[in-house]
Amino acid sequence: MHIAEGFLPPAHAVGWTIAAAPFVVHGARAVATEVRRNPESTLLLGAAGAFTFVLSAIKLPSVTGSSSHPTGTGAGAILFRPPVMALLGTVVLLFQALLLAHGGLTTLGANAFSMAVVGPWVGYGAYRLTRALTGNLLAAVFAGMALADLATYVTTSLQLALAFPDAETGFAGAAVKFLGVFALTQVPLAIGEGLLGVLLFRALISNARPELVRLGVLPAEPDDVLPDTPAPAGTSPAAPSTDDGDGAHR
Amino acid sequence: MTRRHLVTALLVLAVIALFAAPLLLDGDAGYAGTDSQATAAIEESDPGYRPWTEPFFSPSSTEVESGLFALQAALGGGVLGYVLGRLRGRRAARDATATPTTAPVRTAPEEQDRHR
Repeated sequence: MHIAEGFLPPAHAVGWTIAAAPFVVHGARAVATEVRRNPESTLLLGAAGAFTFVLSAIKLPSVTGSSSHPTGTGAGAILFRPPVMALLGTVVLLFQALLLAHGGLTTLGANAFSMAVVGPWVGYGAYRLTRALTGNLLAAVFAGMALADLATYVTTSLQLALAFPDAETGFAGAAVKFLGVFALTQVPLAIGEGLLGVLLFRALISNARPELVRLGVLPAEPDDVLPDTPAPAGTSPAAPSTDDGDGAHR
Repeated sequence: MTRRHLVTALLVLAVIALFAAPLLLDGDAGYAGTDSQATAAIEESDPGYRPWTEPFFSPSSTEVESGLFALQAALGGGVLGYVLGRLRGRRAARDATATPTTAPVRTAPEEQDRHR
């Protein structure tokens, strides 16, 4: 999903940068607010960023005979809501643009829009929808992680089709061509990313229950606040942290 | 505990199988990166297009480049492992202090099954 440096015409590069910038600024404020209000979130925020960092570094073979990398943005979107990933995803892309010549500064806006904005929001939507329909947390995590990954690559395909429409078939023909390069290859990777997300959340459910309850991922159950299990400082099971966030971000 | 471990092992195996299968089925495919395939597709469909900027810094060899990718993965994996290790240690410490009380202590499998 990395559009290479210089491979978007200037008008498109500027346009996508303008489109992505408010999300990234908003995301930076969301991260700052989260850390200030809930300092104990820092650890999980680090985990969400690290998950994206490691997954987007690894290129994996796919059945189509090409290789591509997962994005890992769904985990942070599910835990902290999508705005946080607008910043964390962009940091990863900046690292790769500066040190690895992977992606670029002129295409950072377009790449951030696909990986750090569209991916997390689609993944979060799929997570909420699956959760509401099935009530199963891990099934929802799988759907959220896999679709965040796939949606990122679909967005890249459409961005390239907009910039380089086919001479005869126009935007639609170019979209089919770029989707053929990106989306098909990505399907097994998205499934793998969904499975990795399930592994991550299984580990978090058994080890980070207080955080998951506070973030609204797990319901606050009466036996979670047994007097003999001291809650960490600042954790208030009654705090409606997600509802508060819903209002602020929409 | 065993059922939880079995599920974890199966998930890990499924991920490995998913990415090993293409290599075993068709080892001769090039497995070129989709990013460079997209760049090639642009050059093919629009031969007149010239990239108008160059990367700020380009690793001078593929070895250096793969080393930097490995560094990125190591940083991410390291931080992730640190956080999971800390959380696990915290739970272990809490379980240890909670055990002497009369309240029934929930065990890991129960916790897991409830949310599977």
